[in-house]
Amino acid sequence: MKIIKDKKVVNDAWQVLRLHEGDAADSIVVPQGEYIVPLPVWNCQWETLRERKELGLWLGGLERAEDIPDDVNRFPVIAIDIHKYTDGRAYTLAYRLRKQYGYRCELRAMGDVLHDQLFYLKRMGFDSFAMRADQDLQRGVSGFDTFSVKYQASVDVATPLFNRIERGVA
Amino acid sequence: MYQYDKFDHQLTAERVAQYSDQVRRRLSGELKEDDFRVLRLQNGIYMQVHGYMMRIAIPYGLASSAQVHQLAHIARTYDRGYGHLSTRQNIQFNWLKLEDTPKILADLAEVEMHANQTSGSCIRSITSDELAGVARDELIDPRPFAEILRQWSTFHPEFAFLPRKFKVSVSGASEDRAAIEINDVGVQVVKNAQGELGFRILVGGGLGRTPVIGQELIAFLPWQHLLTYMESIVRVYNEFGRRDNLYKARIKILVQAIGIGEFRRQVETEWQLHKDGPSTLTEAEVARVSAAFTAPAYETLPQVDASFEAAQREDKAFANWVQRNVTAHKVDGYAAAWLSLKHPGRAPGDISADQLDVVAALADHYSFGELRVSHLQNLVLADVKQSDLHALWQEAKAAGLATPNIGLLTDIVCCPGADFCTLANARSISLSRAITERFEDYDYLHDIGDIDLNISGCVNACGHHHVAHIGILGVDKSGEEWYQVTIGGNKGTPAAIGKIIGRSFSFAQIPAVIARLLHVYVSERDEGERFIDTLRRIGHEPFKTFVYAEQIVEEEKLLLPDYEALRAAVPYELPYFSPRF
Ligand code: HEM
Ligand code: SF4
Repeated sequence: MKIIKDKKVVNDAWQVLRLHEGDAADSIVVPQGEYIVPLPVWNCQWETLRERKELGLWLGGLERAEDIPDDVNRFPVIAIDIHKYTDGRAYTLAYRLRKQYGYRCELRAMGDVLHDQLFYLKRMGFDSFAMRADQDLQRGVSGFDTFSVKYQASVDVATPLFNRIERGVA
Repeated sequence: MYQYDKFDHQLTAERVAQYSDQVRRRLSGELKEDDFRVLRLQNGIYMQVHGYMMRIAIPYGLASSAQVHQLAHIARTYDRGYGHLSTRQNIQFNWLKLEDTPKILADLAEVEMHANQTSGSCIRSITSDELAGVARDELIDPRPFAEILRQWSTFHPEFAFLPRKFKVSVSGASEDRAAIEINDVGVQVVKNAQGELGFRILVGGGLGRTPVIGQELIAFLPWQHLLTYMESIVRVYNEFGRRDNLYKARIKILVQAIGIGEFRRQVETEWQLHKDGPSTLTEAEVARVSAAFTAPAYETLPQVDASFEAAQREDKAFANWVQRNVTAHKVDGYAAAWLSLKHPGRAPGDISADQLDVVAALADHYSFGELRVSHLQNLVLADVKQSDLHALWQEAKAAGLATPNIGLLTDIVCCPGADFCTLANARSISLSRAITERFEDYDYLHDIGDIDLNISGCVNACGHHHVAHIGILGVDKSGEEWYQVTIGGNKGTPAAIGKIIGRSFSFAQIPAVIARLLHVYVSERDEGERFIDTLRRIGHEPFKTFVYAEQIVEEEKLLLPDYEALRAAVPYELPYFSPRF
């Protein structure tokens, strides 16, 4: 599958494990290979899954920051599933992962990820993007540079504009 | 006023480019409406009854004459020659084509204006007191903090997709003219016992279908922490505000659900994580922004101007205008003058392109080139010499902007209603017109005195009817328009929510209902008592009883208005009837 990562379109081998009707988090088998598993599966099966190096975690919109495991940096990738692009919880969840939990590895946006949200997502510390199927990935790459001015601090810049540079008298 | 530096210009230009590209993709079909809707809303573009509507921000209600001329240009070039001022210090144009909207944004950018975040589920345009900087009851001018908040909230990456709209208002005076108690967050400048500057922060106010007065979240927040504290509030809201039900998504519902104590605890916990961090405000930044709001070059004048006094004695009409439309100024010899946009025959808050040019010229002539928009849908020239008031009045009168009715019954606050708005249950503008015609007699209006009458065309309450002394709300009964009447609301300090008096009325009954309410007031009032004072003293009951005592005959001329005469009365094409009613 193609995704955008570090501002480039690349092939990606990670597979996303989803719980379907009838699947139970404690009994579903996580196949061998690079899998991104949902939080309930991790919570039920962590004792066996923690042996696996190549294991990613994904969070849905409903998960709270306090549900997130402490050792976030054990996951080479954490994905946040955006079920609808207008649901802004993913942005605060990303903030918590990066700023509060100190997550340093790949943070991926997946689901209803659209060109016009990439700038904001990037600012919140997302660095890879599995975009909605109808989106033009090449075009998407240009979405990161929509704005060159950032008034406020966020995950990408730690200080607001007024503390970053001399603005002079307005 | 605040002037853009290169960063503000750059960002505004980038916004125009972004939006232009989005519209291009929409028109080519590349972007579907479902994905475009949110993008256009974040630029204040709605799809309404007559086409696309655009809501342009007038941050904290302050505009320069150059900006107002540009609005006139926009009204002429892209619209049908007029705009509508809203209760949140924005201006709306109703008859636009989508393909023109990027050009409008570009025209706005030329004069340091935009439509950023005037709609959508984000932090909306920041509002403030229309008398900021000149009011006698002001502690300090709140506008620098409103501007700081404007910049902080502009394209905030974390808060572009909140559960629902998020409205912030800032006041620096003891009398609230910024509706801080009915905003999602109300910020009031205060000083503590040591004389240090800070903010009292209210949260969870709002009207709509669940009217709530905001509660105090913190009594004194030292000014340095404004941004980090705001960020904590919005973060908690973004995480925990409801997203399953549009009607329960405002922050007021969250605060009600968990209680103000628990909400405060969550905000404090969150705040501790980044309090004193890099977003802490600095003296340098406050000084930089404040430098843009210094007092203009006032002359040293006597407290009272003799020619002004004489003109009032000689000219009764001028004296009437002064009595209603002129307010004291903190500087001797100056006054703030209200230009009423509640002229008989016009929609409340509407202003034509020619009038926009006139007021811009008046601002240049008489008020240091600046103009304010009030949240009661009028304009204010805030720095007029008393000795200039007579000349100003004459020029304003010639342009139909000197109706001496500020604060009177016909100074109606009114949402667009069914004449323009797709969400409406009933017409508002048309009703305001019927009421204005019924109560034309100036002496009667004057005798009734201060009274707030507000109309909303549906439960969204854009006309703030809950906080009016008499509030009128359009309701739907099997597809027909009806009106519910509330009394006893109050917008000032403290704000209060009105109570419904009983079953609803038809369009043609409403003027008579108001007449009955006023009749009770006139017969019960004590010397010098305002409508609201009498109501508070004697309670709702006598009003209710009298209104429903006898059947109200519908006024026939209202049932079938003379549309030709209505159209002839206005200088532009205004639908005084909704396509639906
Ligand atoms: C014609 C286009 C308009 C539309 C579609 C519209 C829509 C809405 C909606 C849906 C709400 C309710 C939000 C909620 O409760 O969560 C609302 C609230 C509000 N609107 Fe409008 N509106 C329009 C025009 C206006 C105008 C012209 C004004 C000013 C006169 C205005 C001022 C307000 C205010 C102050 C509120 C906040 C009420 C509150 O505190 O809940 N709106 N609007
Ligand atoms: S109150 Fe209702 S009818 Fe009036 S403008 Fe708001 S949404 Fe439209």
